[in-house]
Amino acid sequence: MTATADRPVSAATPEPRRALRRTRRGPKRPQGAAALTATTIKYASLIIASLFAVVPLATIFMLAFKTDREQRTTGPLTPPSNWFNFDNFVVAFDQGGMVTGFLNTAIILLVSVAGTILIGTMSAYALDRFRFRGRKLVMGLFLLATLVPSVTTQVATFQVVSALELFNTRGAAILLFMGTDIVAIYIFLQFMQSIPVSLDEAAMLDGANRFTIYWRIILPLLKPAVATVVIIKGIAIYNEFYIPFLYMPSQDLGVISTSLFRFMGPFGAQWQIIAAGTILVIIPTLVAFLFLQRYIYNGLTSGATK
Amino acid sequence: MVTVQGASPATRAVVTNHPRPPRTLRPGRPPKATGSRVTPWLFLVVPLAFLIVLTYVPVANMFWYSLTSWDGLEPEQEFVGIDNFVQIFTKPEIFQVFFVSLYYLVGAVAQLVLALYLATLLSFRTRFKNLFKGVIFFPYLINGVAIGLVFLYFLRPGGTLDALLAAVGVQDTPQWLGDPSFVNASLAATSVWRYMGLNFVLFLGAIQSVPSEQYEAADLDGANSWHKFRFIILPSIRRILGLSFILAIAGALSAFEMPYVMTGGANGSETFVIQTVNTAFKFSKVGLASAMAVVLLLIVLIITFVQRRVFPDEKGGES
Repeated sequence: MTATADRPVSAATPEPRRALRRTRRGPKRPQGAAALTATTIKYASLIIASLFAVVPLATIFMLAFKTDREQRTTGPLTPPSNWFNFDNFVVAFDQGGMVTGFLNTAIILLVSVAGTILIGTMSAYALDRFRFRGRKLVMGLFLLATLVPSVTTQVATFQVVSALELFNTRGAAILLFMGTDIVAIYIFLQFMQSIPVSLDEAAMLDGANRFTIYWRIILPLLKPAVATVVIIKGIAIYNEFYIPFLYMPSQDLGVISTSLFRFMGPFGAQWQIIAAGTILVIIPTLVAFLFLQRYIYNGLTSGATK
Repeated sequence: MVTVQGASPATRAVVTNHPRPPRTLRPGRPPKATGSRVTPWLFLVVPLAFLIVLTYVPVANMFWYSLTSWDGLEPEQEFVGIDNFVQIFTKPEIFQVFFVSLYYLVGAVAQLVLALYLATLLSFRTRFKNLFKGVIFFPYLINGVAIGLVFLYFLRPGGTLDALLAAVGVQDTPQWLGDPSFVNASLAATSVWRYMGLNFVLFLGAIQSVPSEQYEAADLDGANSWHKFRFIILPSIRRILGLSFILAIAGALSAFEMPYVMTGGANGSETFVIQTVNTAFKFSKVGLASAMAVVLLLIVLIITFVQRRVFPDEKGGES
């Protein structure tokens, strides 16, 4: 951002600007040929990288519009004859259990995200605004838990979930999503340190108790951090495969990942249906990305470096 | 980790039960209201219950199971000592899956180098910067199963990759996922495709947080792009680079989703985590699987510990 702040690059008026820039650049960079080569290599690299990202997706997109016959007879790089052939999407939606999948994902996502926010903000409030015996111990317990990769402990977590009689219920996924998110606690903790304590004190002088302060003052001020957690948690839950696969094997409890995973059996040779299902799963992600780009970048940066 | 020598006054007070010394208030902190001793615990009771039940109980159980020959169903758990661990390190069919990790490790290194290269390119003035950034990053956001299916089609015989190679004249292509000598490289490459965008965006963010005056000063000093990379960019992203490296290693060791979705571990593409999951849930050897999980957990903890030593948190321990 900073590097381009003074000269915003606008795609709308490329021509005069480009000419201007070239003359401006002239005296500054005497080695014109070398600079030109460097620029060429740079844009070539970026274009190749972009093609690597796009081509696998583009062929799946084209495939989703092909008929069964077309799929068998044409190559992956041939566009479909009819771009408005939505039959595959209908089949994927109807027979592929995608409706159930989206519904289950939505339920699990809403409940777990709300739970994560409550748990995270409550922990952060207690740890940041109180000094009490055992505080460091609690901090240490949370910190230590971030080091345990959840994929390793599922063998034993499975027994706990069974003992709680949550196996094969949405409760299993919800509990695991909201109960094991320590990164969210850290994001809240960090943000809360920037909320002035004088606000708490003023409210306390007005006779507010600690719970009122948490609910009426702290929680509303945490909104930006809440947005961050909603975004990174939302993406993570939407994409999670392992937990629903392990704990919710029943067909009716399929989330989008597991529903899509089950496409491989019945639609084994019908690649156009699989492609349609894949595109249906990717579209919400793409829409979310286009609208929330900046928040997603920021959220991931604050989430990943914890 | 919690009980290192410089134990906090709070914990020491708990242990030795001294009368508490008058506490010096940290600036900007609320004075400890009287009678609020219970209040923080009211806020913490639910989070702590979750933490203990879903993280610490499983970890403790896992260590116990790893010393038994339990099958996950029978009520009695027979203690077998370190038998399971001996099996892991002596039975070649268990141990050899670690070699599969090597492919993912190589992939992880390639992923970081690529991400660093692209982030550096984009940190200079570039047309369509946001477009490039978005396109290169987007794969990271896609559902893992969807990526698995996309690449099953991409890599299948007569799939996109073969078609592209045929277009440039390469006809005799191997079975990318069917041939045991290619399958792991193909899967590792798919993982690179999936995760590279995150590293790229993190690196780019770190590079761009360098004040632009530094570049201007470097320009005045006649620095070229390489100098800027070597003396401005590289130092500024040292910490995030270290962190990403460790995360990439841990990720390579615990690779699961891509191979599980795409091949189910067939053709010699079984990774350590797939094997652990199968041992536990397919072959009902919870004891042995727990021992394998313990081994992986210890490796990850050691790597993390090394990382904390080599790249200490600049902020220092907050409280």
